[in-house]
Amino acid sequence: MGTLTRELATVDLSVTSVRELNGELHAPKAQAYEVLHPQGAHALAAGLKDPISVDIRGHAGYYAAGMNDGGTVTVHGNVGTGVAENMMSGAVRVTGDASQSAGATAHGGLLVIEGSASMRCGISMKGVDIVVGGDIGPMSAFMAQAGRLVICGDAGDGLGDSIYEARLYVRGKTRSLGADCVAKPMRAEHEEELAGLLSAAGFDYDPAEFRRYGSARTLYHFAAHNEY
Amino acid sequence: MCGIVGLHLRDPDLYPQLGTLLETMLCQVIERGPDSAGVAVYGDRRRCPAGYAAVSVLTGDGDGDGDGSAPKDALAELLGDVVLTEAGDTTVIAAPVTVDELLAAVRHALPRARVVGSGTDLTVYKGTGHPRELARTYDLAGASGWQGLAHTRMATESAVTPEGCHPFSVGPDQCLVHNGSFSNHASIRRDLEFDGVEFDSENDSEVGARFLAARLAKGEDLQMALRALCEAFDGFYTLLVTSKDGFAVVRDAIACKPAIIAETSQWVAMASEFRALASLPGIEDARLYEPEPERVYAWAR
Repeated sequence: MGTLTRELATVDLSVTSVRELNGELHAPKAQAYEVLHPQGAHALAAGLKDPISVDIRGHAGYYAAGMNDGGTVTVHGNVGTGVAENMMSGAVRVTGDASQSAGATAHGGLLVIEGSASMRCGISMKGVDIVVGGDIGPMSAFMAQAGRLVICGDAGDGLGDSIYEARLYVRGKTRSLGADCVAKPMRAEHEEELAGLLSAAGFDYDPAEFRRYGSARTLYHFAAHNEY
Repeated sequence: MCGIVGLHLRDPDLYPQLGTLLETMLCQVIERGPDSAGVAVYGDRRRCPAGYAAVSVLTGDGDGDGDGSAPKDALAELLGDVVLTEAGDTTVIAAPVTVDELLAAVRHALPRARVVGSGTDLTVYKGTGHPRELARTYDLAGASGWQGLAHTRMATESAVTPEGCHPFSVGPDQCLVHNGSFSNHASIRRDLEFDGVEFDSENDSEVGARFLAARLAKGEDLQMALRALCEAFDGFYTLLVTSKDGFAVVRDAIACKPAIIAETSQWVAMASEFRALASLPGIEDARLYEPEPERVYAWAR
């Protein structure tokens, strides 16, 4: 298990298995971990239950930091499908780009993607805050139920399709909105909320540059006249 | 599921390493289809010497005597100088004739064999078993060339057999590998059959390959043919298509089948997942991106 100190442990995945790494992280003996040579492996630092920090030095595969509950995970690179999926609490940061379904179904915590996120970012999000420094792909925030999604770049097609109650903030262009997703006025409380999210994520944008989108609430109940 | 890897080399200094690079990539997508694998290599002169045509076949029972000498003798009688390579379920036959002449001779000498690839630059291998073992059977590590692809198949629509392996290679020096499933392949198959196209299998991916081959035969390039495919086909697909000219990638409008592309001045690579690209030389400085839905990405040699 590499060099182990009480404060910082280093795990080199060229000599240690992902199963051993995750076993250690589920019963941590150190406060902080550094993971070397991830090489796109799946499920890195998934299922953290303790307030430890994990720095992954390189690109991660699917479900990095999935189900995180209180950990602070930074991926110094790109991530594959489903980073921080079903996160409950804690913080996950990706310095590069994220593949599909970033933050899917996540209930809480903060997910920051410094680069861009691919399709279906925040699909069925249930309370997580997601801040994306670049663009997001089509079908993002599909069926989003709660939480906030901040996009500092552009949003792809079908943003917020069938959205319930999440709040979406977009600084750039939105290619198209999905069914029942509409533009809403930016009131003072929204600018304040957005300023807090940008600050937590470490982005220096003016909240006044953003537009807000949310649910028109016409799909809550079945109605024969619903065209969607 | 299914795993796809493809590598198009720009730097001729890397040609001798094509096989080892491709094998390393293939071994990272084994979990996506652990019981069969197909491989295509462009420019492997061990198996298809310059000036030769090569045909890859799956030999039916009774065609050979196990050591390949009977079909080789029969073919040598027809063609003269034959290079015959047995690699598991696949046999690659090369001779200094045209592709059509070689195909006719192979069909005559091995009437039960199924042709799974043909061309002047292409060798195709298919088989069932663990992909790592299959790579050894094909001697992939020993292959040189300028372009190659491999596919591990999670069979959903038909049985795990050598015939069901991708790539589908139905036109000269063409290959198609598919992750996903087409939903309207039966009606497109009927249209193609009406135009006289013949099929080898019930496989949905073969319909995609036949559709593209028909377009390419009319003189369209990969970009145009794949645009037409997007218009005609419904369903899920990430496709990697190769020809004697290059390499192209396209995904359907929903794009739930994964794909990642990496480019450097030395090569272009595509894979289902990043981990298949992680060991390529110069990956640290590669431009990495996911192909957007319904956009055709093509590179010419």
